Amino acid sequence: MNGITAENLHLWRGEVHVLRGLSFAVNAGQCLQISGANGAGKTTLLRALCGLLPLEHGRVCWCGTDIASDPSLYHAQLAYLGHDNGLKGDLSAIENLRYGTALRRRLQSPQYTSALSTVGLAEQATVPLRRLSAGQRRRVALARLMLMDAALWILDEPASNLDAAGQALLRSLLQRHLHAGGTAVVATHQELGLEVDALRTLALQ
Amino acid sequence: MSTPGVPFVAAAASLMARDLRLAMRRSGDSLLPLGFFVVVTTLFPLALDPDLSLLRDIAPAALWVGALLSSLLALDLLFRDDAQDGALEQLALCGQPFAGLLLAKTAVHWLLTGLPLVLVAPLTATALGVPYSATAAILAALLLGTLALSLIGAVGAGLTLSLRRNGPLLALLVLPLAVPVLIFGARATTLAIQGESPSAPLYLLGAIAVLAASLSPWALAASVRIGLE
Repeated sequence: MNGITAENLHLWRGEVHVLRGLSFAVNAGQCLQISGANGAGKTTLLRALCGLLPLEHGRVCWCGTDIASDPSLYHAQLAYLGHDNGLKGDLSAIENLRYGTALRRRLQSPQYTSALSTVGLAEQATVPLRRLSAGQRRRVALARLMLMDAALWILDEPASNLDAAGQALLRSLLQRHLHAGGTAVVATHQELGLEVDALRTLALQ
Repeated sequence: MSTPGVPFVAAAASLMARDLRLAMRRSGDSLLPLGFFVVVTTLFPLALDPDLSLLRDIAPAALWVGALLSSLLALDLLFRDDAQDGALEQLALCGQPFAGLLLAKTAVHWLLTGLPLVLVAPLTATALGVPYSATAAILAALLLGTLALSLIGAVGAGLTLSLRRNGPLLALLVLPLAVPVLIFGARATTLAIQGESPSAPLYLLGAIAVLAASLSPWALAASVRIGLE
């Protein structure tokens, strides 16, 4: 199947048994929203889905194949947005987009500028990122997400620091991604406001 | 939708360009280890009797201990920023060979901290009373030595990524591994100063550098992955 499945995931962090036999399946065109109290293991689950954390038991499959069998192939189709944006404060927004995407795709300059204007930062394109606000930096990270053209998005609290307009932007980006046949796994407390038939939910205890 | 669309060489080149540009924006950071090396090695002539033969005797030790400590100081710059702002995670998840990308990062790190040290060494060697005839051999030894030190140190820097205060532990991890570089580097320098052929220790230094270059990428990738957990 197209999409991501998790089978009986177990993971310990130190003395804490964070993931206890978790299973789910998300198809292409669907979004899995993960909710749960602080410390419930949302970030741990997302990092395990990315392959950053080794699982003690169980497996994660992307398009039917275990992600551990060919991590590079899986990662080439994955875009991860964590707590930290992974952007450099000393580089401008447009340089960040260029270097952020150059590892996976070759793009032209107009694509960077149009991505920046989509997220409403056309005028701040050449300002060093450290001078932008936290919400603006999150928007740059969303622009990079858009340009990565990945089939699977794994987003950790993508709406953090975003204002109402930014959240609407995130919603429209997600919707466009799902309509194009993409898959998304999103950890968030907020309502994503997606169509019901595209949304799966998972509450961690 | 997406396939790995960029060849590895292009990806590594863009990563190196990024690191160089970042270093230009904060040029002070990468010059600090160089300043440390210059200050430490020039302190010896000030602290000792102004006796040329004594200075020449301690010159190899001063140069190589200085280079070793300076490279240790520089290691802090290698992964710390990228680990803090999440850029290292993005690197691990970009679908390109992680070991190769980290090797590219280490190469830039050597260009910024190791190579300047090699270039300034003739000056500090002169301050230590080293004859000009020994300069070429010292340059060659430091070139190979700093390369090996950067590669060995990078693995240690990866292993200590997840620790908040990693300086002392990093020194304990890396310095014992760097002992062969110190021994053969200092030996080559001593022989060159005495006017004998330094080729034997230079060959051994070269062998260490090649060994480090061929083994460290895999150790690097594994250690940084552990650091990211």
